[in-house]
Amino acid sequence: MANRFWNEYQKKIADNHFYYERSCIRQTFFPGSETAFLRMLKEELGKDVFDDFRLHTCTGIGYHADVVPLDTTMTVVGRIFSLMTEKGYENFVPSCVTSFGIFTEMVHMWEEHPELLDKTRENLWKACGREFNIPKNIAHPSDLIYHFRFELKKLMKYSLVNRFTGKPLRVVEHIGCHYAKIFPDKGVGKAEFPYVLAGMIEAWGGEVVDYPERRHCCGFGFRQYIVQENRGYSISNTKKKLESMEPYEPDFIVTNCPGCTLFLDRWQYTIAEMENKTYDREGYGIPVLTYEEMAGLLLGYNPWELGLQIHQVQAERLLDKIGIPYDLKQKYNAASGKILRAPEKPENLLV
Amino acid sequence: MKKVSIIGAGPAGIEAASVLAKHGISVMLFEKSSSPLNNIMDKAYLFPNFQSAMEIADDLSGRLLNDKITLVPDTEIVDVKWQGTDWKLFDAKGQTYVSDVVLIATGYQVFDAKRKEELGYGIYKGVITSLEMEKMIKYNQILNVSGDIPKRIAFLQCVGSRDEKSGNHYCSKVCCVTAVKQAIEIKKMIPTVDISIFYMDLRMWGQGFEEMYRKAQEEYGINFVRGRISEAAATFDSRVQLKSEDTLMGVPLKMTADLLVLMVGMEPSAGTRNIASRCEICGDYGFVKTISPHLYDSETGKPGLFAAGTCKRPNCIEDTVNDARSAAYAIMEYLNTL
Repeated sequence: MANRFWNEYQKKIADNHFYYERSCIRQTFFPGSETAFLRMLKEELGKDVFDDFRLHTCTGIGYHADVVPLDTTMTVVGRIFSLMTEKGYENFVPSCVTSFGIFTEMVHMWEEHPELLDKTRENLWKACGREFNIPKNIAHPSDLIYHFRFELKKLMKYSLVNRFTGKPLRVVEHIGCHYAKIFPDKGVGKAEFPYVLAGMIEAWGGEVVDYPERRHCCGFGFRQYIVQENRGYSISNTKKKLESMEPYEPDFIVTNCPGCTLFLDRWQYTIAEMENKTYDREGYGIPVLTYEEMAGLLLGYNPWELGLQIHQVQAERLLDKIGIPYDLKQKYNAASGKILRAPEKPENLLV
Repeated sequence: MKKVSIIGAGPAGIEAASVLAKHGISVMLFEKSSSPLNNIMDKAYLFPNFQSAMEIADDLSGRLLNDKITLVPDTEIVDVKWQGTDWKLFDAKGQTYVSDVVLIATGYQVFDAKRKEELGYGIYKGVITSLEMEKMIKYNQILNVSGDIPKRIAFLQCVGSRDEKSGNHYCSKVCCVTAVKQAIEIKKMIPTVDISIFYMDLRMWGQGFEEMYRKAQEEYGINFVRGRISEAAATFDSRVQLKSEDTLMGVPLKMTADLLVLMVGMEPSAGTRNIASRCEICGDYGFVKTISPHLYDSETGKPGLFAAGTCKRPNCIEDTVNDARSAAYAIMEYLNTL
């Protein structure tokens, strides 16, 4: 990808004082990612981030599955903004890509149709007597990590380089649809050649893999999975992507969306069990990381505290390539020190 | 002695200068490049009769051999101002020229295909523009990224024309027939190559165009697919993977080609935009606006300020040359009134 111009499209990202809106599902899927993000922003970079325990759903999955009406979503979004307003923040950072899409979309609709904003304010006031300001800046956490990628690089202990070969690690990046495909100008690099993850990979020594189905759906697609009868579509989409990237022999995949990370990871197990097929040479699959996990590893965070053991495709071979030490005895220990039961091994996918 | 200044030494500027000179009128012909006819020089053959572009260029250049015509190369006119009785022209080097009449013939530039980033131009080497394909044909060097004879070539029409995303809603008029022409030329050179042309609808408006389109299908086996390409990406072996929909068949379509040729449309050149803006005769999309496209298409509504050729809208060489003659006669009528 020598002749690139995707980095010409940049967006405005605030520098400090962020109100963090946690995700419903990320804490379950990737339990260390949000904590790692807060650690990076607060402890490594010294930024002011408010992590509000009072938050609730943005209605994103229900909204896109047509079970939550628009009025409700707008009112819920209004309430979340009212919590931010109450704390005196103006820079809003939603953890989940779908939430990012929801907040961006609602603000856009309010800008285009002020009567909807009036109605939302009225609904929220009637429901709970709250008022809100619209954030001055909405940025996804991946925008912030991208924004501060060079500052973080100075603090990193490792880089995205294969220590055995000395060559850059080959990384597949995949952005969530709701990051830039709804409103391309809200994403760094826009939708066709997004740069938010590519910028991190390049800054930290890796090489971005471009492959024919790079822009194809990860396989989640909401109702492709949420409606059980449609799950064949979900796995076939993921399979199409994995087949397309396989010849490039990527070392790992990084995404900025909970759905993408989950489905690109978990369907590898399913495909291995169904067809005895994996997309790496040795049969371990291609590790799939969140961008916080990628950054956290390079900063020297404990892989098990980051939650890598929760992934389906295990990352030890990747850690070996980067040169990150890990203690297998600690892999399934809880934060309290309690030894948890190790999961069963798949029949075909090596772990 | 009345003086006429023409900005732009393309087909329109040269033809107008030639007609005026034949009628004894002195013409200063300004060209920002070092030589005239740059757009034609890039071409191999012209539709619909496959006449060599060099023959046309030589013929037009020969018309400059007139004592009444002074070609001023390497001179970019950056401003034109009405002074009450005549026009003052300013070049980029700070020199000025005075003239009774100014004819704007600043022409077009091709659409920058990078603006349609989903098509990968400037990123994937296998994605080229129609201009680049024309040069490949001209120099008989039609090769894929690996330097081999291509097995499959795809053309995509309407890149930067009739396109909401790029903001150009107009038709560029010449791309449909140019793609057919290029496809036939390629087939003559490489009979084994498989060619598909992706289109919205084919506008074969000129004499001989429809026949050429038919010949392309019947004699040369060129495929025409009604559908736009939604995205292009490089494959592992540096070919180009295309995604589209065949809207006649009603099926999604995926194809891998050695080359994807983007039929880039025409936009006003930077010079056209600048002069149109400074003279306050800016029409849609930055083209020069005339009084009326029907009866007063050379006149801009400003005294002694005329326009000809593709500075007004996309056009072919044939119509551009005729338009320039028309402008020359309108200028002579105007000069008679002074």
